Parts: sequence; structure tokens; C-alpha cells
Amino acid sequence: MISKKLTCIECPEGCRLTIDAENSKVIKITGNKCPKGESYAVAEIENPVRILTSTVLCQGLSLKMLSVRTDKPISKSMIFEAMKEIKKIKVKKSLNAGDIIVKDFLRLGVNLIATRKAE
Amino acid sequence: MIKRDLVIVGGGPSGMAAAISAHENGVKDILLIERDQYLGGILNQCVHTGFGINYFKEILTGPEYAGRFIEKVKSIPDIEVSLKSLAVRLTNDKTITFLKPGKLETIKAKALVMATGCREKTREMIHIPGTRPAGVFSAGLAQKLINIEGLLPGREVVIVGSGDIGLIMARRFALEGAKVKAIIEIQKESRGLLRNMVQCVEDFDIPVYFNHKISWIYGKDRVEKVSVVKVDNDFNEIPGTLFEIKCDTILVSVGLIPENELIEMAGVSIEGDRTSAPGIFVCGNSFKIYDMVDSATEDSMLTGKLAAEYIRNL
Amino acid sequence: MKLYDVAIIGAGVIGTSIARELSRYRLNIALLEKEEELAFGVSKSNSGIIHPGTQNPPDSLKGKLCVQGNFLIRKISKELGLDFKEAGELIVSFNEGETKELLRLKEEAEILGVPGLRIVDKAWLRQHEPNLNSEAVCGLYAPTAGIISPYRLVYALAENAVRNGVEIYAETKAVNIARSDKYFEIDTSGGMYRARYLINAAGLFADDISGMLGICDFKIKPRKGEEFILDKKKENLAKHLIFPLPSKTSKGVLIIKTADGNPMIGPTAEEGEDKEDLSTSEAGLNKVLMSARRLIPAVDEKDIIAYFAGLRPWSGNDFIIRHETKTHGFINVAGIQSPGLTASPAIALMVCNILNKAGLGLKRKFIFRSHRKKTIHLFEIPLSKTKDLIKRDHSYGDIVCRCEMVSAKEIRDAIKAGARTMDGIKFRTRSQAGRCHGSFCTTRIMKILSEETKTPLVEITKRGKGSEIIKENRSTERERV
Repeated sequence: MISKKLTCIECPEGCRLTIDAENSKVIKITGNKCPKGESYAVAEIENPVRILTSTVLCQGLSLKMLSVRTDKPISKSMIFEAMKEIKKIKVKKSLNAGDIIVKDFLRLGVNLIATRKAE
Repeated sequence: MIKRDLVIVGGGPSGMAAAISAHENGVKDILLIERDQYLGGILNQCVHTGFGINYFKEILTGPEYAGRFIEKVKSIPDIEVSLKSLAVRLTNDKTITFLKPGKLETIKAKALVMATGCREKTREMIHIPGTRPAGVFSAGLAQKLINIEGLLPGREVVIVGSGDIGLIMARRFALEGAKVKAIIEIQKESRGLLRNMVQCVEDFDIPVYFNHKISWIYGKDRVEKVSVVKVDNDFNEIPGTLFEIKCDTILVSVGLIPENELIEMAGVSIEGDRTSAPGIFVCGNSFKIYDMVDSATEDSMLTGKLAAEYIRNL
Repeated sequence: MKLYDVAIIGAGVIGTSIARELSRYRLNIALLEKEEELAFGVSKSNSGIIHPGTQNPPDSLKGKLCVQGNFLIRKISKELGLDFKEAGELIVSFNEGETKELLRLKEEAEILGVPGLRIVDKAWLRQHEPNLNSEAVCGLYAPTAGIISPYRLVYALAENAVRNGVEIYAETKAVNIARSDKYFEIDTSGGMYRARYLINAAGLFADDISGMLGICDFKIKPRKGEEFILDKKKENLAKHLIFPLPSKTSKGVLIIKTADGNPMIGPTAEEGEDKEDLSTSEAGLNKVLMSARRLIPAVDEKDIIAYFAGLRPWSGNDFIIRHETKTHGFINVAGIQSPGLTASPAIALMVCNILNKAGLGLKRKFIFRSHRKKTIHLFEIPLSKTKDLIKRDHSYGDIVCRCEMVSAKEIRDAIKAGARTMDGIKFRTRSQAGRCHGSFCTTRIMKILSEETKTPLVEITKRGKGSEIIKENRSTERERV
């Protein structure tokens, strides 16, 4: 069994969690002030995930760069691959915040969405 | 001279919140002036998440958080927005002058809310010695270059200071494929939120040197390297601890300062939570530096209400 | 290949002053500058003080030229549309011994012909310089001291010289010079130039240039000065230029008023060898703060918004201005340390005389356009005037640099007048020079510069090749450095 200390990143509180795990399975979590800490700890041990935020190039719109994010977290290990893909994207039509730019992004089961209005 | 009930200077999250709140509390004639070409202020370049947890009970990016307020402001016809407008003079009788392309306007307001935000401390303010080549940026400028302009300022980066913007930018550079070679922090621990130390620094294996400072910047035309030295708790250099890091870029992220020059020039001072001039209010980061935009919003909502009450009681 | 009557190497305040003075005559003149823009050498870090002529030995050339220059600069600044402000200076004494020294300075300066000098007492000081250290016992007041923007002086001189026919070539570094029977052949990084007369105004590198013609009897050494600029909010920290008693090598650490409004403290005076060492140090800062506080105790470290170092080119105690008769037609103007900026108009006249004696016929042009239209700076004018300007041209209301209130129109005008780099725009307009130090305006200025000069963003530099601001532009792969 291993014991790991983590800082929860779900909110700015930054709870310091202690996680006991065995064979990459979480057994016990302490230090969290809310249930989000629990799910974060499990994910962090079993498959750490992050919401990816970045910007994509626009063409013919009032903005040069449009801010984007994945609508759900993706596996940490996929982040650089996702960035490569993001750099290839060009947005040519007007979008609202929340509009999907790429559906099922990299077949990860998440969408890449705009986080700002672009006209 | 044009007369208005309420003039709000600054169209960032604080100015917008003050405008919305003043309107909710009965002010029907509001002018919101913003120097940039769009509302939202610095949030537009904060493309990362972490906003809105307290206020919206949701995790949003900066542009999303700003976007909600922008939509709301636009839906209220009583709030007139003047973009590309820079306030240049304030007097304590609540007269404000601003410039915009094609126009200089002076307005006498019944009440004024200053929501002018803050600026970053620069390399010059912390006196980093050495040469003055290209490649030294405030973290916020680097953020604007990457996120708004699509320009990459450097490929080998050293960050001075572990404030949140510095940490966020460490990740941003790493995502863009640049090498973040070190974060140098003179204090013994991070000044930023712990979650940023985790998701921006640890996730990308970026080395952090606490109790260290940059002792010299090298490079004639462009930054070439920095020397770094360990300091004790009184920030004195410890002999024999000097080492060098090759880099082409230095980001400075050592804190923020409220932008209060207009108020100062008007001879108005900030005393506790109010100003010395009745009817002139300050809110958001120009009042004090907030860690979270949610708190700045709350402060500004209250300020908008106070401004409305002040006008009502005139 | 064109044969110039006169070639001048170095477009600092000395080179441009000479060029402008010579442009009154029927001559073909080339002004060669190694940097990307003018004034990027010694002149860019000048304090901007127009000295009255005090603190110079009475028999010195620099003293004589300083007094003349102080007189001449008034007319020149009027002609060129520059603001010269006669701020006056105070040299302050803290004890009896210093007062004796002060009286000696006064006597020496009076021999040089410095007008209006008087000793002012404690009561006068308290009334006219309220922030001055109350321990000061008296001061030497020199009313003719003034301030001017050193780079805007250079740019105005250059613009006016060009208007009168001078050709200026930047990024043109002399690498070899040969003297044939009739002319000099100047081999430069920008090609070959030929001229009958050659003036060496190469500042720190004047010894190298002179050496190319075999004249090696002087060495130029750099004496570094670190200066610290304070927030404009503190404009009224001092009402005069304030000096301590001078040392052997320098006038000491001063409280300087500048043409831009920001007070400045400094400079240090450190002898070195490296002519490119423009670094600033913690020791320099501490020395300047300590010395400045001795004059004005209210100087606050927190008000420092910028700092820089400059190198004074010195060679012995005085200027070297002479016709090298062994190499007929070659004139050295070297070792122009302080008070070089003040002396520059007088130096230019002196060089004209030397050229005349050396056989270059000076015939006045039928038309010399002595005047230059004043450049508009919003920070200098009242808002009522700004209002009218904006009505005439909307882009005066489009503020790019909000700390210093610089409009898009002023930035574009600076580029039209020759600015090609971010520093060139800064020196001309003050944009990026305020308290945020360019954090808010850099991107906008880069875009305007890119647009106006049709230069890709990745090629925009701080001060010439090698100092590019960004590495990559996401829009096109071609824009990668």
C-alpha cells in the first residue's frame, strides 16, 4: 500500500488530501472538505484528468484568437496531442460562447467548445 | 457640460458588476466607459478555468465569466457603454474627462465609480540588475501576446515570482511547446494558489526555486541567460550558491498594484472602504487586489448599490 | 559613386548638430550611423541637462563651448519646435568647507562668462526648494541651466538636416577608411561612401575610427552612469536641477528634472573598459538612492519606474576637436563627455570654422529652411487643445499608451518621422516609458509599427536586429524566426 499527499485543485481552497492506495486503487481519502476532493483524489490516482484550455486561430472574424476549452476533463496524458490538434484549427464562422468547435474531440468523448463570442 | 447620474470607469468584471447592481438598485442613467475595444477587461486573456466557483457555483474560464456579465450589461438599455474611451482626468466635484477616437468629453456625474483595475509590478520596480534586452515581459503582457494576439514571446522561459499569473503562464508556455526552465521565487513558498502549483507547475515538471532570486540578466539585444542565487530569510544572497540558466525570455510576475492615478491626481484619497470625496467610489482591483474575481464582483455589486443609494439621497 | 563634400560618422547629438549646421551651405553631406536608429549610442542615455557652464575649469574648451552652447540652444530649440525649459540649477553646500568650494566654483564660472550666478541662503532655499534637505546651508544658483529631451533634440536636428539636403544612412557601420589623393573612401556595412572631408563623431568608438586613419594618440574610455527615473506623479519633487559639489570625475548624483516631467536621480560615475556594458547594478541603485536622499530626503525607492545606464565617452579632461593636418580633411570630434549635449551647437559652429580653414568652401545656400514644425505630444498640451486636435484628426483620441497618454496619431507620426523600432517610438513619443512600462501598450504599438512599415510582427525589434520582441506568429508559418 502507498500513501500519497495531494493538493485538490477543484477549487481555490486547495485542500491537502492524504490518499491511501493499493495497485492504483484508492482505499482511503482524508483531508477533503467536500465530496469533490474525493472524486478528484480517485481520478488523480487512477486516471488523472484536466480541462484543457487554449486558443484557436480565427479567420475573417473580429478576433484573431478565440479562447476554447474541452467541455469535460481529458486524460492528462492526452494534453500535448490535443494541443497539436488545436493548433491546426481555424474558425471561420461566428460563434457564441459554449458553441461546439470540434465534436468528440480526438474521440475522447469530449467536445472542444468556444469560451467567448466571436463575430 | 453633459450631466449623467452615474459614470463608471472601467468595463472589466468590477465595472460591469457595479453597473448592473446600480441599475438593480434604481439608477436609470449609467455610462460605463472602457478603454479597450470590448468589455471584459483582463478576463478576456485569462483563458484558463477557475472563475465563478463562488459567484456562479460553476467553474468557468475568464472569457466565459466576463461573457455572462457582458450579455447582462448589453441587455440593460439604461447602461450606455462607451468603448475605446480612456478617462484622463477626474476632479473631486465628480467631473470626468475622457478621450475616444474623434471625441473628448467632459461629464459631470451625480456619482462616480472607479473600477480601473490594476497593473503588474515590473522588472523595474523590483530592480533586477543586469542588461535591458528584449525578452523581458510582465506575465500579463506575455498572456496577452499569446492568448489575444497569437504571438509567442519566447521559447526558453524563466519566470520571476510565483504569483498566479506567473504559474498560469508557466503552463501556457509549456502547452505552446516552449520550455519553462525555472520559476524563481524569493519567498520560501508560493505566492499563488496551491491548485496552480499543482496543475500548472507539477503537471509539467517545471522546476521551482524557492528562496532564490535572479541576480543578473545577461544579453545585449535579447535575453541570453540569467544568474540565480539563493537567499536567506532576510533575502540576503548566500555566497557560493550562484548558478546560471540559459533562456531567451524572462517573465516577471511579482504582484499587482491598484491603478489609482486618476483618484490620486484629483486629490482624493482612499480611506478604509470609502474615498475622501462623497459620491466617488472605488471597487474591484483598483480598491484592493483580490485573489479571485468572484470576490471582486461581490465588492463591486455592493459598491454599485452604495452609489445608487448615494444618488437617491442627493 | 557619389562623391560627398562631407561625411560624418556618428548620428548622435554631435553628428546631427554638425550635419544640421553644415546644411546651411552648398554641400553634399552624408551622415552615417551604425545603429538602426539615430541617437541610439551615447545620446540616448543623456540626462537632458543644458548646463549653464559651471563646474568647468575656466581655461577648458568644454567650459567655453558649454557657455556658448547654453546660449545657442535657445534659438535652436525654437527653430526646431522643441521645448527648452530654463529650470535653473542649484549646487548645494552642506558646510563651511563646501561653501568655500562653492565660491571658488562661482568665480571660475564667472571667468567663463556664466551669467546670473548668485549665492542663495538657507531662507531662499527653504522658500524656493522646499523639499531640499534642511541641513543645506546655502547654494550656488545658476538661472540659465535648463532641460531638453536629448533624443528629441537629435531627431529634430536630423529631420531638419534632411529637409536641407543631408543624406542619412542608418545601419551603416564604418569598417575601414582609406585616404586617396582626393577623398576618403569609407567602407561600411552598407556599402562604400566617398567624401572629401570626414568628420569623426563616433562617440565611444571615435578612437577606433581615428585609428583606421592611423591617428592613435587618444583612447576613448567609457565612464558609466546609472540613472533612475521616477514616476511622473513626483514631477514637483524638485523645482530646480539640484547638484551636490562636484568630484574630480563627475558632477555627482543629481536630482534631475526632465523634459518629460519625470524626475530622474543619478548618475553614477564608474570607469570601465567595456564600451557595450549598459548594465545597471544594485550597488549603483544604492549609491544613487543614498546620494539623492542627501539632497532630497523624500526620494522614495517605490517611485522608481525605470532605470538605465549610459556611457560617457571620455579621453583626458577635455574635448578633442581638431583638424588632423597630417590627414588633410579629417576632423576628430572626440571625447565629448559632459557637457557635450549643451556644447553641441557650439561644437557644430567650431567644426564649420575648422572645415572652412581647412579649405572646404562654405557658401551659404539661397534657401535654408531653419524651422521645423513642432511635434505634437498630448502630454504637453492642455486638454482644451487636445479637444480641438481630436476634432481635426480622430486618431488623436485613440489613446495607445495610457500611462503617458500617447495617441495612435502620435505613434504613426513618429514612424513617419523615421522610427523603426520600439525604442525609437519610445524615445520620440514616451509611449512604453510610463509606470506600467509597456505592459498594456506593447502589442498595439507592435501592430501599428508592423502595419505602417509593412514589416512582419516577428521582425519588429526593440532596438535593431537581434532584439526581436516575439519568436513566432500563429497566423502564418512563414513568420517563424
